[in-house]
This record gives sequence, structure tokens and C-alpha cells, in this order.
Amino acid sequence: MKKYWSFFKMRLMAGLQYRAAAMAGMSTQFVWGAMEILLYRAFWAEHPGQFPMGMEALSSYIWLQQAFLTLFAMWNWEHDILRSVKEGTVAYELLRPTDIYSMWMARSVANRLARASLRMVPVLVVASFIPAPYGLRLPASPAAFALFLLASVLMVLVVCSYHLLVYALTFYLTDPNGLMVLSVAAADLLGGAIVPLPFLPDGLRQFAQLTPFGSMQNVPLRIFSGSISLAQAPSVMGLQVFWIITLLSAGYLLTKKGLRRAVILGG
Amino acid sequence: MIEMQGICKTYRVRRREAGLGNAFKSLLSREYTEIPALRDMTFTVPDGQILGYIGPNGAGKSTTIKILSGILRPDSGACTVDGLVPWENRKAHVARLGVVFGQRSQLWWDVPVMESFDLLRDIYRVPAPVYRENLNRLTALLDLGDLLKTPARMLSLGQRMRCEIAAALLHGPKVLFLDEPTIGLDAVSKLKVREFILEQNRLCGTTVLLTTHDMQDIDALCSRVLLIGKGRLLLDGDTAQIRAMAGEDLSTEEAVADLYRCFGI
Amino acid sequence: MKLYLKFLSIHLRSAMTYRSSFFLSCLGQVLITTNVFLSVVFLMDRFQSIGGYTLPQLSLCYAVILAGTSLAECFARGLDAFGRILSQAQFDRIMLRPRPLLFQVLCQDMKPTMFARVLQAAVMLIWALGAGAVRWTPAKALTLALMILCGAGVFFGVFLINACVTFFTLEHIEALNIFMDGPREYGKYPFGVYGKPVLLILTFLVPLALVQHWPLQFLFDRGPAWYGLLPLAALLFLIPCGLLWRLGVRHYRSTGS
Repeated sequence: MKKYWSFFKMRLMAGLQYRAAAMAGMSTQFVWGAMEILLYRAFWAEHPGQFPMGMEALSSYIWLQQAFLTLFAMWNWEHDILRSVKEGTVAYELLRPTDIYSMWMARSVANRLARASLRMVPVLVVASFIPAPYGLRLPASPAAFALFLLASVLMVLVVCSYHLLVYALTFYLTDPNGLMVLSVAAADLLGGAIVPLPFLPDGLRQFAQLTPFGSMQNVPLRIFSGSISLAQAPSVMGLQVFWIITLLSAGYLLTKKGLRRAVILGG
Repeated sequence: MIEMQGICKTYRVRRREAGLGNAFKSLLSREYTEIPALRDMTFTVPDGQILGYIGPNGAGKSTTIKILSGILRPDSGACTVDGLVPWENRKAHVARLGVVFGQRSQLWWDVPVMESFDLLRDIYRVPAPVYRENLNRLTALLDLGDLLKTPARMLSLGQRMRCEIAAALLHGPKVLFLDEPTIGLDAVSKLKVREFILEQNRLCGTTVLLTTHDMQDIDALCSRVLLIGKGRLLLDGDTAQIRAMAGEDLSTEEAVADLYRCFGI
Repeated sequence: MKLYLKFLSIHLRSAMTYRSSFFLSCLGQVLITTNVFLSVVFLMDRFQSIGGYTLPQLSLCYAVILAGTSLAECFARGLDAFGRILSQAQFDRIMLRPRPLLFQVLCQDMKPTMFARVLQAAVMLIWALGAGAVRWTPAKALTLALMILCGAGVFFGVFLINACVTFFTLEHIEALNIFMDGPREYGKYPFGVYGKPVLLILTFLVPLALVQHWPLQFLFDRGPAWYGLLPLAALLFLIPCGLLWRLGVRHYRSTGS
């Protein structure tokens, strides 16, 4: 737990140095959110009957998406880790007394939390003052809010486990960039970034929900906005847990084997 | 002929204190600190001279170079290089000027040096026969040969500096500014560079203005030395005079430090 | 012009030295914009039309914007990376060469990977035309060409403003991304779809609607023919941009930093 805290502190301090960048980032996120909502408003005005979720729920979804962007973004790689695996310097990490895999996890989680905590608050505050149905509204029940918080934690873990698996695969690939590029595109498409999953055509929608990408932003944002009901939540969150366990153990085994190879090759 | 007459230049630096409050305050009212870089700088360099321009860091050397090359406009004073005011006739002026910065490259990193040279020929619109002649001469004198086929990123520092110097002279400039051309070079490369500068000056009558911290450069090359400190011209003489003040052996760090101390800089 | 082509070939060859990363970044860029358009495809699959536009028409709309931004981004990359050019003192070197400053900045850096997106735009355009997005006349073909070229011009102006601001602030202002990355994302629909305030801003402030929304009305037989000439008016935007550039250079000459 302590290493999470120190990574978090370190990144928060680094982030605070770039206040101007953070402010500007918030202003762009605010504009992106507004443009998305203006767009869906146009669809809503013409075809309200064909909406798979209410306008109010959709607005909450969009604002949360903007606020949490750095928390779940697939492009938020830890480039230091990637480099250390690629160049083989990762073997030196074995000299340290901690388990390398949990160290990577701590680092990824802490850095995401630190980055998001700087940007999140202003977007949320502004969005909650926007009149209905275009603003951010709290979930219908305290239970939904609690589930949302839990699902958010699981979301961060799914994203980070996925990243760890990519770092682990880097032991075996000459160039991880292709995998990274494809991951980002897949997460945009199947994770609910380009359109919320309920808007996807049948077939693709069900498929997307089963992939690890569907266990990312899709779950907490839709629990918050009520698009996933309290009754549906347990099974969806169960899938999140499944992916965390699967991705983590696959990555763990690959790292163990990869490290042994790196040591034999001499880094 | 380079003429500088009463050139003054002051930088205004925005004062910024730490803290979020101060960051906001500086949005509303800005406070400036004035830092004089050159105060009443006056000197003349006749054609064909090799002039050493020395002084401690922050003395105003690079400000002078920037004004002479037209990058910077002085606050007051007059300056001409071969009859042109550098910052007013930029294009005509720089077409007759070559500049080498020891710490920065003007070669394109990933392509063979020869391609950089060809590109410079097109940028400077050098007529083909002139270019061929200059290139042949520079290749022979600087011993470039095989280097021309190598990408710049694969050259050693000494090899790259020779290519940099050639790149600055392809268009046959009458005036050459060398800003710390021997910095970081090994002994052999330094000697080669010095030998070349003398040769170039003798063959083509190129006026050379050399800034350096290496007194051996000065000793080997310069017929005249300007010493500046805190933006003022402190000494205008030859190496003999410098030697008289600093002691016979100019090459030691102590002698140079003593020299600067003499002038209180 | 000959010199510019030489620079282009150098940048292309530099990029090709790292061949696999060149193709990967092509792929990455195309995937991003493909996703942008897929969002349109999915929503149109559900709703069939928006503001009276059909999917082929939206494909044409996005192809125009995509071609314009990609061309500008490829050739004005030097302006995009201007902060780096300033901080690494490359601008000093530029001033030491006897060619126009802006021209040299453009030569300094190019982004050949953007041609992948131009290709994507071409594919989308051809599909849109085949699917009958427009009833063609020669005048409409001319308008389409103007939209792409003047669109690139307006984006170029946005990049130029960004570079000019860098003269004074020395760092990239992320808020300007609203007008750089934003249109590439939200230009997937004619700007009128986003409502009147957005349309007004993009008509009179940063005239992107003049190369997209208004001429589209002419192409789709929803507006008068003179809308087809509005892309030319958008080029007026370049005048203040050019003046700002001069101001920036003057500032640089007096501070030297």
C-alpha cells in the first residue's frame, strides 16, 4: 500500500508543476463534452424514440467520461516500464526487494489516480451546474453511487491489468508499438469511447460487452447514469473481476518467463 | 569590413515568483528586470582579419554575434557589415555570411552529409561551377572524403565539426562567425580545425570572428583579440598584450582566470 | 518550389529510415480517424438521418475535413512543432539563411505519415460519390475542390496562430487544440448540426463552416449557388494570421528568446 502512496505523491507533485497544462486540458475537455452533448441533442430532437438511454443519462455519461478521461485512457502508457523491458534494463529491477509485477501495478494505478485527480474536479463542478437534461446528475440511489465507486475501482484495475499484459508481451515482441496502436483503437471502438455501447448495432454491442474493453469505462459510467440497472450490475461487475484475474495471471506468467529469458540473455 | 558603433542592448526578463497566487498576479501586472547585455559596444574589423572575441560566460559574446548576424535588433547604435545593416537587409546580409555554432548542428540528422550540402546549395542559390569548386576545395582541405556519404548522426564530434565548417562555407561567404568551434574536440581534431581556419583565411581572405574559451585557439589563430566583460569592451589588442597581462603560458586555466580577475569580471 | 520538394523528399527519406515505425504511425493515425467515422456509421445505422443528411453525404462531409486537416498537418507540421523549433534555437539558424522565414519553418518539419489519412479521405470521397451523395455539375466539382484546398488553408491559419502565440509564451497552449484537433473530430457532421452558436463561431471567428457547412448546402441542393464560393471568403482568415506572424517575428528580434 505504501508504494502506491509514494508513486501517487510523486506523480501528483510532478503534475502540479504543470498547472497551466492541466487548466488548458480541462478547457479542451469541457469543449469536447459540450460538442458531444450538442450532437446527441440534435439526434434526440429528431429521433427521441430510438434512444437506447435517456438524454439526461447520456449527458451524465459524457461529462463523467470527460472528467475521468485520464483514469481509463488506453493511451496513458507507462513509457518508462516499456523502455526498461525493451532495452532489457528490467533485469536490474530484480535486485530490488519487491516483486516487479506488483510494482508495475502500483505505478500504473497511482499515476492514473494522480493525473485524474488534478483534472477531474473542475469538469465535474461545472457540469453539475448545467441545467437538465444536459448537465451531470447524481445517480438515483445511494446504492447506485456505491456500486459506481466500486465499478470505478474495478475499471482502473482492468485497464492497468491490460497494460501490464502488454508490458509483459513486450518481452517477446521486437516492437510493441503495433500492439499499442491496435489496443488504443480497439478500446476506442469497443470500450464506448466513440459512442456509448448501447448505441452500437446489435451483435457488435454484445460482443463489445464481453471483451476486456467493455469492462472498462463502459461499466462505471453506465451504472452512474442508470443505463445499467442495480439488478444488472452484479453480473457486469463479475465480468470485470473475471478479466482482472485473467489478464493479471496471463501477464504474470509471461513476465516470469520473460524475465528468466532476459536474465539468461544478460539483458 | 565590420563596424559596430555604440551598440546597446538590454533584455527585459519577466520576474516571476513561485506560487499560484503570484502566477495569477503576473497575469495582471508584469514586473520586469532589466539586464543590460551590451553597453556602448564599438569596434571595427577590417577585411581579412582573424579576430578573437573572448570573455567569461554572460559577457555579451553571443548577443554580439546575434546582432552582427541579424537575428537580434539592438536598442541603439549603428552597425554595418560590408555596408549592410544586418537586421534590415537580412536576406542580402546572410547570403554573404557563414556561421558555425559549436554546440548546434545545421546538418540534417538522418541523411548523408552530401545531401545536406546539396540542400544548402539550393537554399543559398550557389551557381553550379562555384559550388563544385568550393566543395572540392573544402573536401580536400578538411579531408572530408568518405564522410560525405555518411548520415550526420553517425559521425564523431570531430568529423561532424569538419562537416559543419564546410557547410558554412559552401556559398563562399566573405565573413565567417565561429562560435566555440573546437568545443569538446580531441587534440587531433582541434589542430585540424585550426589549420583549416588559417588556410581558409590565407586562400580566400575570409574575415573570421572567433569566440572561444580556449586560449590555445586564440594563440594559434588570432592576430587581434577583443576582451569583453559585462557588456563592455575591456581590451582591444593582440595576443602579445594578452600574454603580457596573463603571463607567458596562456594555455592554463589559471592564467585566463587571472586575466578576467584583472578586469574585475 | 523546387527547394520545397527537395525538403519533402528529405523528410520522407528520414521517416523511411525507421520504416516499421513509419508504417505503424500511419496505421495508428488512420485507425483513429476511422473510429471517428465509425461513430457516424453506428449512429446513422440506428437513426438513418440527421438534419436531413444521409450517410453518404456525411462521408463526403468528413472526407473534405479529413483531407483539409491532413494536408495542413502534413505541410504545416513545422508550425505545429514551433515550440521545439524555438527552444532548440533552430529559428536562429533559419534567420541565418537567405530565404523567407515562414517558408523555411514549413520546410523544417513535415509529417509524411499524414498522406495515409489523405488516402483515407479519398476512399471515403469515392464511396460517397458512388453512393450518390451529390447530383454532379461542373460547378459542384469546383466547389468540392475549393472546400478541400481552402479548408487546408484555414487549418494552416490555425496552426500559424498557434506558432505566433508560441513566440510570446514560448510554450504550446493546449487550449488551441480546440481548433486544431476539434474540427478533425467534430467535422464529421456539418457544423450546423451542433446548433446556431457553434455555427456562428465557426462562420465568423474561425471560418471552418465556410469550407464545410455552407458549401455543403450548395452541393446537396439545399442552398443557393453562391454558397459554393464561400470557401474563398474563408481565406480572408489568413490575413490576420499573417499579420500576427509578423508581430511575432518582430518580438523575437527584440528579445532574442
